[in-house]
Amino acid sequence: MHLNFENSEEKLIVYMSGELDHHSAEEVRNMIDDRLDRDNYNKLIMDFAGVSFMDSSGIGVVIGRYRKLHMRSGKVCVTNIKSSVKRVFELSGMFKIIMSYDNVEQAVNNI
Amino acid sequence: MFHNRVKIEFLSKSQNESFARVAVAAFAAQLDPTIDEISDVKTAVSEAVTNAIIHGYNSEEEMITIEAIIDGTELTVIISDSGQGIDNLEVAMQPLYTSRPDLERSGMGFTVMEAFMDSLEVKSDKGTGTSIIMKKIFNPLS
Repeated sequence: MHLNFENSEEKLIVYMSGELDHHSAEEVRNMIDDRLDRDNYNKLIMDFAGVSFMDSSGIGVVIGRYRKLHMRSGKVCVTNIKSSVKRVFELSGMFKIIMSYDNVEQAVNNI
Repeated sequence: MFHNRVKIEFLSKSQNESFARVAVAAFAAQLDPTIDEISDVKTAVSEAVTNAIIHGYNSEEEMITIEAIIDGTELTVIISDSGQGIDNLEVAMQPLYTSRPDLERSGMGFTVMEAFMDSLEVKSDKGTGTSIIMKKIFNPLS
């Protein structure tokens, strides 16, 4: 799993690429949390354009970041969700609390 | 009826999650699956193997066995560990239940396996291990 970070309007954008499973989840979680804490962000955009595989470990990673930022009155959203990733997220009912946008630009303008 | 069978054994390291799902997907490729069907199988296998690593063996390194069988257009995948077994199967299979909230697990593993495969059977005995038996029927291209 490879992560690229960007800052736009005080919002942290993380571009993920590779496979998000139990093995990669811990590293992804730690790297994102380090950035969130270091620069004290309260808005996070997680971009899934490069995620070629995801199992339910991905739900844990997104919900975990939601919980973390919710305590700072912040927000998490996801972007570029393709059908295989979407089907896993839909099973969890996650979209009731976490917004999904077609692309990063839309997310930056809306959260 | 066409019949084929493979058996794979590997250590319960998280690095092998990706190996396991790709190996089963490669075996299933002879059924001419769609991209969605292959993605379903990979996701279900990943969930079962992750469960064996985290819960079955509690992150100790032991062997996990996968048997994959093709009968006609049906794929059966059996994922077995000799770990601690599941205390209460009914509770464990409920959506969002996790015995390890400390690990930020979503509790969706069995739900994903049930949703992405056509059938799911779990055999578990306390102290002797768990077997997950999943089946999926592939629609032949016509």
